[in-house]
Amino acid sequence: MTKYVLRIVALLYLLFLLVLPVGLIGWRTFQHGLAPVWTALSSPEAVHAFAVTLSVAVWAVLANTVFGVGTALLLVRHRFPGKRILGALIDVPVAVSPVVVGLALILVYGRFEPVGGWLRRHGLQIIFSLPGMVLATVFVSLPLVVRAIAPVLQELGADQEQAAHTLGAGRWQTFRRITLPGIRWALAYGVVLCLARALGEFGAVAVVSGGLVGQTQTLTLFVKERFDNFDSTAAFTAATALALIAVLSLLLAKLLRPSTERSRSRVVAEASTVKGDNH
Amino acid sequence: MLYLSLIVLIPLAAVVWRGTRRGPDAFWHAVTTPDTWASLKLTVLASLLVALINVVMGTVIAWVLVRDSFPGKSIVDTLIDLPFALPTIVAGLVLLALYGATSPLHLNLAYTRASVVVALLFVTLPFVVRTVQPVLLELDRDMEQAAYSLGASPGVTFRRIILPNLLPAMLSGAGLAFTRSIAEYGSTVLLTGNLPFKTEVAAVNIFGRIESDDVTSAAAASTALLVVAFVVLVLLDLVQRWGVRHD
Amino acid sequence: MAIEVQGINKSFGATPVLRDVSVDIASGSLTALLGPSGGGKSTLLRVIAGLETPDTGTVRIDGTDATRLAPQRRNVGFVFQHYAAFKHLTVYRNIAFGLEVRGRPKAEIRQRVGELLDLVHLGQLADRYPAQLSGGQRQRMALARALAVQPRVLLLDEPFGALDAQVRKELRTWLRRLHDEVHVTTVFVTHDQEEAMDVADSIVVLAGGVVEQVGSPGEIYDKPANEFVMSFLGPVTRLGGRLVRPHDVLLSRTPEPFAVEATVTRVVRLGFEVRVEAATSGDDSAGTDVWAQVSRGTADGLGLAPGDTVYLTPQPA
Repeated sequence: MTKYVLRIVALLYLLFLLVLPVGLIGWRTFQHGLAPVWTALSSPEAVHAFAVTLSVAVWAVLANTVFGVGTALLLVRHRFPGKRILGALIDVPVAVSPVVVGLALILVYGRFEPVGGWLRRHGLQIIFSLPGMVLATVFVSLPLVVRAIAPVLQELGADQEQAAHTLGAGRWQTFRRITLPGIRWALAYGVVLCLARALGEFGAVAVVSGGLVGQTQTLTLFVKERFDNFDSTAAFTAATALALIAVLSLLLAKLLRPSTERSRSRVVAEASTVKGDNH
Repeated sequence: MLYLSLIVLIPLAAVVWRGTRRGPDAFWHAVTTPDTWASLKLTVLASLLVALINVVMGTVIAWVLVRDSFPGKSIVDTLIDLPFALPTIVAGLVLLALYGATSPLHLNLAYTRASVVVALLFVTLPFVVRTVQPVLLELDRDMEQAAYSLGASPGVTFRRIILPNLLPAMLSGAGLAFTRSIAEYGSTVLLTGNLPFKTEVAAVNIFGRIESDDVTSAAAASTALLVVAFVVLVLLDLVQRWGVRHD
Repeated sequence: MAIEVQGINKSFGATPVLRDVSVDIASGSLTALLGPSGGGKSTLLRVIAGLETPDTGTVRIDGTDATRLAPQRRNVGFVFQHYAAFKHLTVYRNIAFGLEVRGRPKAEIRQRVGELLDLVHLGQLADRYPAQLSGGQRQRMALARALAVQPRVLLLDEPFGALDAQVRKELRTWLRRLHDEVHVTTVFVTHDQEEAMDVADSIVVLAGGVVEQVGSPGEIYDKPANEFVMSFLGPVTRLGGRLVRPHDVLLSRTPEPFAVEATVTRVVRLGFEVRVEAATSGDDSAGTDVWAQVSRGTADGLGLAPGDTVYLTPQPA
């Protein structure tokens, strides 16, 4: 009896909080047919916003991937004083409000001394332009790649790499031939998570970019701006596009989730059903 | 390390620096400006409420996902992560569609405090579910059966045996939900109407200060948020340690 | 009869695990359910406890029909292979659990738990958590916990399976002694025939979901009901078309009536006994490997070496 009550409560909660709202957006978008959707999507502003979003995301993901792999290797394979602090610091971005992220970057790279002034004098514009947006996106998605590959790196163990060294392989060779293949699915998983996060960033980019239409406006900023201007069709359309990307990345991430995690949970699930009828 | 500093540490330090530069009195003054103070209060209280609701509902959902089975369960399981992947502004729009002025359910929450809670519940949905789920999966079913054989009913067994073992995970998920809630911006920006003193959350208030070039106040309020988040994270770490002592 | 099981059938999905199983367990006895892995022993135990429901059949405990009774109401104590310790409770609270759930007064609980802690020699560890105990200590705690509520029947599911050999042997003796003191009807599941023969008054051999034989250790060893029971309970070798015990084989250098001729392939000295392996050379079963187990004295007396011809006579002939 309780079983059914719990099931209904859970499903109703999810229905009203998650399913209905998301479904409604899709319905509203296509409510008047495909044509208005197409016009909205192909407007120069929309296309540009999409391009901006994509380029910012790609740069951010690249940077974080390199950083992520390096840091993961550092954390897992080496010991040094301050290792725990480094580990804790990596998780900091998760706890910081995106608006605060934007503020922080403005304070350092904006028109304030000392760094901002120096940049200004050399004609380097960070805030209110793409580099700033990339920085903001990098900040918020910093831990994702590291945390995706660190556990797999841990489980892999250093043995294979050490074997490679004894056989004469250099550091880079070992990395390319042994380490990288070992972590490739976890890396893909981390990259997908990072990309999804980067594509969806709103608050930090809103502060840092100034949201100049046609210049520094990402797709998420586009949604807000169109909504503020009562162009709900465009807003909804862009929102649906972003939602679809989100769902896609969700499915992709689920597929790629490091097999150790998947097989472990499968093993545990099987074990708990089999336990009852062991011989 | 350099990378980390350039991007994370120095900017964050700058925030704290800026916010506290003119001394504790000025800091306090900036933080207690009526509208900022109201936004901070609202944010913290709403986040607490949301964390609480999540502890209950998150555990219920995790329970149903682990112990129950019905057609479409794996789809539901995947959907739980949607708030993680969805851009916050889209979340805001999505909730506005259902709970705003044009709601097909005729349930208009826009401009109400309830809308803040709804928005925060949406974005924090996965947290408790995903921390409790693995613990529930790995829970030794034998313990429950041992309790049955000793005369405990399912209800008593849940209360005395299962719940204590889930508590660390529930708390850790609640802590994550709380820190996420106090930082939230995008999802609240549309639905709540951002009425100062009523439905304006801290992040929106800070954004407003930045726009009006009052960077110092913005930095002060941000520092306050950072401190709260830091305290909660430290508490979380302690909870984790406490939870492992029995394993 | 403390436990009467009649016509139990149980399948998991399409796989039948218990087929028409009927067993009677005498009050106050210590019975072993013995058999190979997957044979249904644990399932039968759990059916008796009420942790599994049979597809057909009945379970009577102390005369009352318990088939549809929930495990909470059957008053059976159950000890699990992996202890199922309540890891968030101390040893004391673990043992006290059944009593607390029944709302017994604190003083009574304290007294009873104290008795049990003494019984299982865990008095010093009452305030520790299960994670701080060794495997053997955890299992003793689990036993004390099950006994706390004075069950009518005590069921143990491979209680020593997760422990190493030395601890297992110690706990075996300890269980026997415990039973002699406490006299509660006890049933335990094991796949170790040595364990069953060492501890139990009576053995139920269960394989493939079917009861193969029931009897005392001596009966089952000396008069096995079929070849399966015989080979499961002890060493066997095939001689003269039937299974015999290697220590029941007489060796001689000269032909004897009913003897089988064989060529020695190996002589292995295993401490006090000697194993003589040979290949039959008679025409009816040429080339089959057989082995005999003899004492050192006998082996030295015969002075066998690989290649020698030897004659094996199964006893009794």
